[in-house]
Parts: sequence; structure tokens; C-alpha cells
Amino acid sequence: MALVNIKIEGQAYQVESGLTILEAARKCGYNIPSLCAFNNGKCSRASCRVCLVEVKGARGLVASCVYPVAEGMEITISSQKATEARRASVELILSNHHKNCLQCEKNGHCELLEVSKLVGARDHMYEGEQTPSTLDTLAPGLIRDTSKCILCGRCIERCKEAQGISILGFENRGFKTIVSPVGNRSFATSPCIQCGQCVNVCPTGALMEHSEIDKVDAAMKAGKKVIVQTAPAVRAAIAEEFGERIGTPGTGKMVAALHRLGFYRVFDTNFAADLTIMEEAHELMMRIKNKGVLPQITSCSPGWINYLEYYYPEVIPHVSSCKSPHMMMGAIIKSYFAKTHEIDPNDIFVVSIMPCIAKKYERQREEMPNDVDAVLTTRELAKLIKRNGINWARLPEEEFDDDLLGEYSGAGVIFGVTGGVMEAALRTAYYWLTGKEHEKIAFESVRGLEGVKEASLDINGTVIKVAVTSGMSNAKKLLDDVKAGKSDYAFIEIMGCPGGCINGGGQPFVKPLFLPNEDDNILETYKAKRASVLYSEDERQVVRQSHNNKDIQKLYKEFLGEPGSEIAEELLHTTYNANREKFPDVK
Amino acid sequence: MARLQDAARKQITEIVNRYKDEGTPLMMILSDIQKEYGYIPLEVQELVSSLTGIPVSEIYGVVTFYSFFSLTPKGKYVIGVCLGTACYVKGSQLVLDKFEELLKIKPGETSEDGLFTLDALRCVGACAIAPAVSINGKVFPMVQVGQVENIINEYRNKEAN
Amino acid sequence: MVKIKTSEELIKSHKKFASELDMKFHCEEGKRAIVVCGGTGCLSSNSHDLLLRLQELIKENGLEDRVTANIVGCFGFCSQGPFVKIFPEETLYTKVKVEDAEEIIQKDIIGGEVVERLLFIDPQSKQRVAKQHEINFYKLQKRDIALKGNAEINPEDINEAIGQGAFLALNKALHMSRQEVITEVLNSGLRGRGGAGFPTGRKWQFAYDVQSDEKYVVCNGDEGDPGAFMDRSIIEGNPINVIEGMMIEAYAIGAKNGYFYIRAEYPIAVNRLKNAIKQCEELGLLGDNILGTDFSFRCHIRLGAGAFVCGEETALLNSIEGQRGMPRPRPPFPAVKGLWGKPSVINNVETLANVPFILLHGAKEYAAIGTERSKGTKVFALGGKVNNVGLVEVPMGITLRQLIFDIGGGIPNGKKFKAIQTGGPSGGCLTEKDLDTPIDYDNLVAAGSMMGSGGAIVMDEDNCMVDVAKFYMTFICDESCGKCSPCRIGTKRCLEILTKITDGKGTMEDLEELKNLANVIKSNSLCGLGQTAPNPILSTMNAFYDEYVAHIVDKKCPAHVCKTLMQYKIIEEKCVGCGMCARNCPANTIVKTDIVPVGKNPSLPLRVHRIDPSNCVKCGLCQSNCRFGAVIKD
Repeated sequence: MALVNIKIEGQAYQVESGLTILEAARKCGYNIPSLCAFNNGKCSRASCRVCLVEVKGARGLVASCVYPVAEGMEITISSQKATEARRASVELILSNHHKNCLQCEKNGHCELLEVSKLVGARDHMYEGEQTPSTLDTLAPGLIRDTSKCILCGRCIERCKEAQGISILGFENRGFKTIVSPVGNRSFATSPCIQCGQCVNVCPTGALMEHSEIDKVDAAMKAGKKVIVQTAPAVRAAIAEEFGERIGTPGTGKMVAALHRLGFYRVFDTNFAADLTIMEEAHELMMRIKNKGVLPQITSCSPGWINYLEYYYPEVIPHVSSCKSPHMMMGAIIKSYFAKTHEIDPNDIFVVSIMPCIAKKYERQREEMPNDVDAVLTTRELAKLIKRNGINWARLPEEEFDDDLLGEYSGAGVIFGVTGGVMEAALRTAYYWLTGKEHEKIAFESVRGLEGVKEASLDINGTVIKVAVTSGMSNAKKLLDDVKAGKSDYAFIEIMGCPGGCINGGGQPFVKPLFLPNEDDNILETYKAKRASVLYSEDERQVVRQSHNNKDIQKLYKEFLGEPGSEIAEELLHTTYNANREKFPDVK
Repeated sequence: MARLQDAARKQITEIVNRYKDEGTPLMMILSDIQKEYGYIPLEVQELVSSLTGIPVSEIYGVVTFYSFFSLTPKGKYVIGVCLGTACYVKGSQLVLDKFEELLKIKPGETSEDGLFTLDALRCVGACAIAPAVSINGKVFPMVQVGQVENIINEYRNKEAN
Repeated sequence: MVKIKTSEELIKSHKKFASELDMKFHCEEGKRAIVVCGGTGCLSSNSHDLLLRLQELIKENGLEDRVTANIVGCFGFCSQGPFVKIFPEETLYTKVKVEDAEEIIQKDIIGGEVVERLLFIDPQSKQRVAKQHEINFYKLQKRDIALKGNAEINPEDINEAIGQGAFLALNKALHMSRQEVITEVLNSGLRGRGGAGFPTGRKWQFAYDVQSDEKYVVCNGDEGDPGAFMDRSIIEGNPINVIEGMMIEAYAIGAKNGYFYIRAEYPIAVNRLKNAIKQCEELGLLGDNILGTDFSFRCHIRLGAGAFVCGEETALLNSIEGQRGMPRPRPPFPAVKGLWGKPSVINNVETLANVPFILLHGAKEYAAIGTERSKGTKVFALGGKVNNVGLVEVPMGITLRQLIFDIGGGIPNGKKFKAIQTGGPSGGCLTEKDLDTPIDYDNLVAAGSMMGSGGAIVMDEDNCMVDVAKFYMTFICDESCGKCSPCRIGTKRCLEILTKITDGKGTMEDLEELKNLANVIKSNSLCGLGQTAPNPILSTMNAFYDEYVAHIVDKKCPAHVCKTLMQYKIIEEKCVGCGMCARNCPANTIVKTDIVPVGKNPSLPLRVHRIDPSNCVKCGLCQSNCRFGAVIKD
């Protein structure tokens, strides 16, 4: 890449050509406040008008997020004209913003609040009428509060890019403009898959998960036996909430925190991931054996399942009937675990800590109403820990409870990253079909963060083709082929969020604005860093295959019988709705 | 989408097909539908979306951006009072006020009998004959407040006969 | 239609139709030609029915073989329309009604006698004027560049345009190199007529210099300034001239396709343009290998759908691309990355209408017109409180005084001139002290306004300048696309403050904040709409600061426009007690006193009336119904 010479605040620098002023300034160590640009300095909008700087020779102020650097350019960030302009843009935005910052769920992560601080916004400037607002709390997964929306458009871009469904868009014009699902509908009455990718990029509290912390509190207070389970991807990111660098494993401290919060049992959803593999690999083998509908497609991502039902109902016969792991876990806790311990299942309250927002929707599906009672996101768990006065830094490392559902394999751990389910399934399927473990435990070809990955596995001379994808924009092409009957894969893994659960809609926000110690390109690298936490935990496990999990073996022996048995079908499998209306009538 | 009648579905498909060689035909499609039906409800947008692959949210965003497109049916007679500068300085606001008073509707609304929709227009380019009022395309020149009642009655009588 | 495939065929065709046109205007012995104005203003005053009636009468009287009646483009003098002009005498009849057709045919066409009562009366001399060029309105104008052919040729007949010389400039350009064409336009000094006045040749040069497999030319006909109709009249009057301008541009930059973006509010212009494109295609003047060269070009029409911001060129591009008309950040500039990501040049209708003249007559002849830095002519839509309302084309450099008082005939009803707003919502108000400033791009900016697209609204003493600022802010608030925060929120805040002031609730601090906000919007906004949106506020605050202060400190609207700050009063001495005011009062708030009107017999029931201000809705009906001038605004 060619270099250009520029001056920022009179200092000479050499930067790559093609960068915007905002990106270049960041690399040179200057933080220009910005809102509509993602924090790496990339923007296609230049609409918030916060990142204004002076460029010698340019007509007026320029938006640094779109203006490319050029040879000899002289940039001034700190002139009176530029600082006053930036402050005024922020003050105008604040004048149309619902400023209940103290109580706002986004408190601590709000970019608007931070930027207000950076520009020195003054109180009560430009006060006036506010755009009529909408508070949408109907959807189980996410909440939209337009009184806090600054119309930056990041969510619109993310929904379109990651999921290709463009649920959110601009509506009306001028001062009446809002960002919303069609017709200012609720997410609940729009074909939104509730993945929460929009929440991850929202700079303010306009888009948030639908919190269930109070529900968990209430269950505790009511004396219920509150059992908690945590998904694999949570441990890969929870430490970030307490100021640790991205990629720091948080398993031991997280478990210690959960113990201190007073949960009756602290389990790992990984156990159920192993269980899922048993059921799903069995289902796959039956489909292959009985010449059933192929390819089989995974079902552990409720965001993907929502997408399936809204956009590809024809593909439903291809999708595994397995519930997602945490729902299986709930079902097993309220049956096998309760029975063994002679507890009334009605006294049990199951909480799932998930990297996911769609799981909040999933637990309320009418097909499986009682398995799980509350879902907290990784972010909510961090809030709960902080709220209860626990100091993360001082926590010891503790182990999950070893009580019937305690053991888990490395295969279960990697569920949290794209390709993980596939890899776990292949480990078990290979064993079942050949009677021996594959000499290479790691199937590298399904690892990595590319949109679509393919692999073939030679099983006693039979070659099985598989594919892995995440994010619905990436999945679309595979699904079109499946729908058209042109897909020659035997098994496809689909995850709702790009990169899988490590990048779920309930994970800690990755905002360089708040992460001064991370690399410049953290927005490109954070997924790989989180994934590495899971792959190294997999490597450390003694048991690496689901079928070798002793507790799983015991569960089948004592309770379920065989994979696919009648009781397994009843507890661990579900059905899908082929008739979900995209825009149902609203009263 | 199921609520759309077959005839409408067929006609909208025909409109979309008119522009199948265009790279970005949305504005043209919506203009034609607006002209044909007088409004563009969500069901129709869903159909256009499924025929063109353009997300409904983007279509809805376009429909609500441009003042020519309407989500709800307009009255049989659309009265546009020009509030362009030339008309405004010659008192068109008072003319608009009078229409509001007599029809008991605000700009953008349709009278209960479905007969009249009142719109405040931004310059119809008939500045020389300000204040101008246009009703279904017919332009009334130099309208004074006193004429408003007569104009409304002219259309009401037309309906009565 | 026989195709025109080569330069020679074009010239042959031109000669043929030129002589036919000549016949029309100079008529053989005993023959007459009638033309009727077909602009939007006249059409809405029934000029089409008038034309049909004239044609009917010609038939009834058996005159078909020696009298023709046709439609032409806009005469520009719209307040006097509909117009009928008779050739070869060039008699101009004004405000002609359908009922007048009979008399024109009988008295003038058959009887050879001028219909005196339909002639224009000069407001100053009170004399009737028979011929168009003798009317003051036309005297200082130069209507043969942008308005070429308007009111002369039939805009629906391409042959008349060819007769007048259409495509000769294109023909000349096609024999020049692309760079030579651009240089010619550069040398002419032509600047964009849509607003900011960027040199047209430079725009072309940028796009020419970019390598690309596809380039586009776009004509901006989204004339959204409230109070402007230049582009509409140009297209309605001579669509071919604009198409030719676009073709020359396309040839110069290397484009194969051109897009006209026209307001949907202009159905007549759109239809005439469509018709003109069709005729060009039929003649082979649009399509492949135009005039036997390897230049191929096609024209397309796109309609706006009611969004002022689409006059901003990147918003316009988004609109063509089927998006919300929200402006794009720059860079990249459209000349590099425009329509569908390809290099594109966007020119205003009037700009393109200037191009054929430049190519045909040369940059030198064009540059001889105008001032040092603003060349050629400019079309203005002269409106508001001025006697002669209409469309004028004047050489750059004439003064505002000439525009308003000589061409415009001054202010009606003996009122006093107060200001002229140029540049629409992006412009500003110019006052008495600016009247002798020669009009050009730079002078208008220096005086605190701008050329804009050419709207020129005259205001008199009855206009409140705070109200005018509020009017423009209301407009901008409605039309702001909502993309960038300074414009979306800032204009709303400005409007709130202005409303507070006109409601009599403003403070001097508000005035400071208003000024501060205006400057913020100007410096921070994303696009030209936002950056210029506060101009009406800044310019009225600059020139009429006292009026703002009067609203705030004295709680008075000096022009008696702001309803909250004015009231109707009955002057006791003038009231004759007739009671007309009370009978017409919709609020029943006018009461009869016991006072006997001056000079009236107490035995009569007449008594002086008084308005009870508490219930007054300020509709003004009392004033308009009082025949004695007893009701005043205070």
C-alpha cells in the first residue's frame, strides 16, 4: 500500500493512502470523536457530523470519517472552529435525545455519553420539541426505544450486511425520521430473527436486549431452586465486561461468581452440547441410512431457526429436530436431574446464560414452553455480578458443579464458534460409522471465520461432503441450493450470527472507543480472539468427543436409553412452524 | 399479502414487469402504482418486494420519504393549495386555512365522506397566477379566501348530480 | 418520418423547415398565423380551450387555407396571460378568454382591425401597446439563449425546432474533438444555473478526465425552490434545445446515456419532453451513430416524487437509484463516482439550454454578454409583490432596480418596495441599498444572498421579514431529508425560536441563540441544502434586525402580519355605523357602541362599531368588507 505524508496538528506522519482522516488520525494516536462511524473509523454516511475537522485548503469543515487522506494534507483537530462545531453537533443530537442516562440500561457503554464528555457538551443546549417516540417491548428478545435513537444508521447497515433481511430502515423524513421495522411495527410483528446484531452496534440505548435480570432475582427471592447453565461462548467474552482484554478466558471466575450469586447448581451447557451431538449425529446417520431428507441442517441457533421459518419454510424437513443445547439442558434438569434428586420440577427455575438474544425468544416458543425459565445474555450476567457487589478481579477460579450433568467434552466447548458443531458431530459420526476415533481430532477445514466453509470426510471409502456457514447473508446461497434440490452436502451447520455464538447478539460490546488498549484493527480480530479461547479449552480437555463423555453415557444408560429413543424424542426434539406470517395484522 | 385480490396482484406484477430491464426501477414502479391506485399499502409493498427482491423496509422508507407517495387512500378530489413563496406572500396560507375550516380537515387528511384530501403543496410552478390551488390537476388561478366556498361547492354539486 | 442520418441531411432539413417557419412568421400576402400560449400558467387559464375555439372558428369561417392557429411555449409575462399573438403584424393580445376568440377572428383576422380592448395597458403611461417588443416587460430582456424558441415555435413539433436551428450546434460539436468542446464551454465562462454557479466546463473536464467504461449525464429538473419555474418553462417551451445541450455534454464527456430528472408536479413539461425524445428517436437524432458519427446516445426520463432535497445532486442520484433522496457524503464526487457508481455530470436544465448557443455562436460571442465573472443570460421567475409577474431572461449584470422596476413595472397598489428574495430557501433578502447592484453570481453572494436557480420574489411593506424567515424555515424543516443531525434538528430548533418570536414570546437571548444555531447549521451540515438553509434567517437578521427586535421588545409586528402581535381596530372617526363588519364577523366579536358616527343623524340607527379583541380570530373579513377604510391593523 502506498504511503502518503500528512500533518496532524502540525506533526508529520506517514500513513497508508486510502485511509479516511479518522482512521489515519486514530493510527497516529488522535481520537476524533465520532458517532455514526463504526469505531474503526469506517463510515459510509457522515451523517452525525461529529467528526468534523479542518483541512487546510478545503471549503469549510470536513467529515473525517469519509474524507480520504492525501499527500501533503494538513489536518487540524483542535482549532476553535472544529471543536465548537463538534460540540454543537453533539449538543443538537442531545437536544432530541431522551436523557435518562442514570437509569439507562446502556449506562457505561453509551457512546453518545462518552462523546458528549469528549466534546464538552453543555447542559440544556438547544432544548425543544422531541421527535415522537416509540418504545417497543413486545418482542421477547429485544427492545427498541426511538427516544434514544440518534439515526446513525449502523443497525440498518448491520442487519442488511450480516443477515440480508433489512428489518430496520429509515422511515419518514426530516425531524420525523425514525429507524424502525416497517411501519414502526414491533420486532415481534416483523420478520425479525431477533439475533441482536443491531444491538451490538447501537451506540446508545435505542436497541437493547429485553432484560430478564429482575425475573431471576424474583425467582431467587421466592425460594426456587435456581439452576444456572452457561453457554460455551459466554466464557470467551465475559472477562471483557470487567476490563480484561479480548480473548481472556473467563471460565473459572465466571463459575466462581455464579456460585457467589447463590445458584443452586452451576452447570455448563456444554454437557447438553454433547447431548445434542449424540442426538443430532444419530439423526444424521438415520437419514443417511434410511435415505431420508439430506442435507441435514443444524438447529442449535434460534436466530437461524427464526430465519428458516420466516424465509425458507420449504427447507424445514432438512433441519434437525434437535432442540438447541440449553433447551435440552433445561428439559433434562427438570426430568432426569429432578427425578434423581427427588425435587418437584415446579420448584426448579432454570436460567440460561447465553451469548444470544434469540434464545430469549426461543425459550418462549409454544413448542417447548417449560424447559428454561429465563435467559440472560453475557452482558446481563456481568450486570448481575456487578449489582451483587462481586469484585471480578478478586475472584478465584472455580469448577462447574459435578452433579450428574457435570462432565463435558472438548467437542461441546467449540459449539460456541462457527464450525464447532460440525467438528463435534464429525468426531462422533466418524467413530460410530467406523468404530474408531479419527486420528486427527481437529478438523481444521471447518475452522476459521470465512462466510462459507466446505469439507469432505472419507469414512470407510464413503465421502461425506459438509458445509459450514454463519450469518444469514452467507447462508442464503446454500439455502437456495437446498431449496432447489441442488445441494450435494450431507450435513450443513448454520449459525445465526456471523462467526457463530462468540459474536452473538448478547456478547459484550466491542467498541474501540471504550477499548483504548486494544489493537487498531480490533473490530476485525475480536472474533478470532474469542474463538481461540474455546479452541484452547477444547485442547485442554481430556475427553474430546461427545460420545466419550461419561455423564452422557450414564444419562443414556439410566434414563434415555438410546439416542432417538421415545423419551429422547419427547424431551430433546421439537418441531417448526412453516406458517409464520411476516407481517401479521396489528390491532 | 394474501389479502390482495388476484386482479390487483396481476396488475402490480404487470407494472413491475414494465421495468424489468431497469437496474433500479423502484421509483418508477411506485409512481405507477400510486397513479393507478392512489396509495401504496403494505400488502402492495410486500408484493413489490417479493417481485423485485428489494427489502420491504427499503420500499417503505422510500414511500414515506417522498410526499407524492401515500400509505392511505386519498379522497376523490385532491385539493392542493400552493404554499410556494410567490403564493405565500400573496396570502395562500389564508386560503389553506379556509379550506381547513370548511372541510374540517388538516393538510394531509381526507374528509370523512372520502371526497376531499387537502394537501399543502410546495410550489406548483404557477407562481405567476398566485395564489394557486390545484384540484386533481386542474389549476385555479389567483384564488382568494372568498372563493374557497364556491370551489368546494362546485365539486360537491358535481357529486350530487 | 424520414430519418436524418448525416450532417448534410440535417442541414437540408433545417433549410426546408426554416423557410416554413419564415412563412409562418412573415406570412405570404393575405395569410395569417395565430399562436396561443401553452405554458402552465396560461393553460390553467384555459388557453387550450381558447386554441380549440380559435381553430373551430377558423373552420366555421372557411379560413383554413389562409389562417393557422397553433400552440407555442411560454410568453413569460404570465400575469397577463393567456396570450394570443397574430403574425405577420405581431399583435399581442393579453388576458384573452375563450369568449374573446370570436371577436379576434371577426374583427382582426377577417376585418383587419386590431381588437383594442385586448391590448396590454402600460401601467405607467396607461397607454395600450399593440406589439410585444414595445412592452416594457420585454424591452430589457434577451430571450434568445435559454428561452430560445419560447413563444415562437410549437414545442410539440420537432420540425419547427429544426427550422430554428436545433442540432446545428450538435452537428458542429461532433466535428470537434471532445476536448475542444469542453474548452469551448470553459472559455464561454458558463456557470451552473442551478444554484452555486460552479463553472460548467470544469465539471465536464473532471468527468472527461476519469477513465470508465460507462459515464452518465444527468439533467437536474427537480426545480424545487418555492417560487421558481424557469426550468419548467424552458422544457415546456423548447424541450429540443435542452436535449441538444445534453447531447453535446454527453459527447464531450463520453456518455452514452442521459437521464432527465423532472418534478412529477410538471406534467406538461414531462409530456413535451417525452414527445420530443420520441421525435428525436424517430428521426435518428437519438440512438446509434447520430448524424453518421460513432456518437450514440439515449435519453431517459425519471420523475421526482415530491422531495425538495432531490435538487441536491447526490440526493437526486440516490432517487434515480430507487433510494430515499438522502445526499451522499463527498468525496467521492459524482464526476468520479456518481450514478450507479459511474462518473456522472449533473447539470441544471437552464445550464444545458445555454450550451447549444455557445457551440453554435462560439464562446467569444457568448462571453461578450454579462459581467466579468458571470457570462451570458439568466432566467428569473419574477414574482411576489411586483406588477409584471413572469419569467424573464436578462443579460447578467443588469441591476435589481432594472429587474424590479423597469421589467417588473414596480410595486403594485402604490406600496413601498421592501426586499427581494433571490435564491429561494438557500438565498437571502436584498434591500433598497442593493437595488443598483449589477446582478451576477459574485455580487449577489457579496450582498448576502445568492443567484440560486433564479427565483426572485419581491416583497413590499406589508410583508413581515420575521414571518418570511419563518416561512422558509418551515419549508426547510418539512424538506430536510433527516439524514444529518445539524439540519434535521437544527432547523427544527430555529423554527421553534422563530415561532416563539412571532408569537411574541421571544427574548433577546433567543435572538442570539438563533444566530448561533444558524451558523452551526451552515458549517456542520452534510449537503448544500443544510449548509444554505439558515441563509434566510441570517440575511433577514442582517437587513431587518429592527423588525426582530420589534417583535421581541415591543411585542409588535411592524408589518401587521404575525397574528398574535396584531389586532384589527375600527377607527371611530371613519366608522359610519353601517354594520357590514359585524354582519361578516365569523366570531361575532364586533359590537355596536352608543356613539353616533361623525356627521350622522342620531335618529338614524347607525352607531359606531368596536371590535372586542378577546374573541377576534383575526380573519380580516371586517377589513375586507368595510367600504370606508375604517378597519385597520394595529
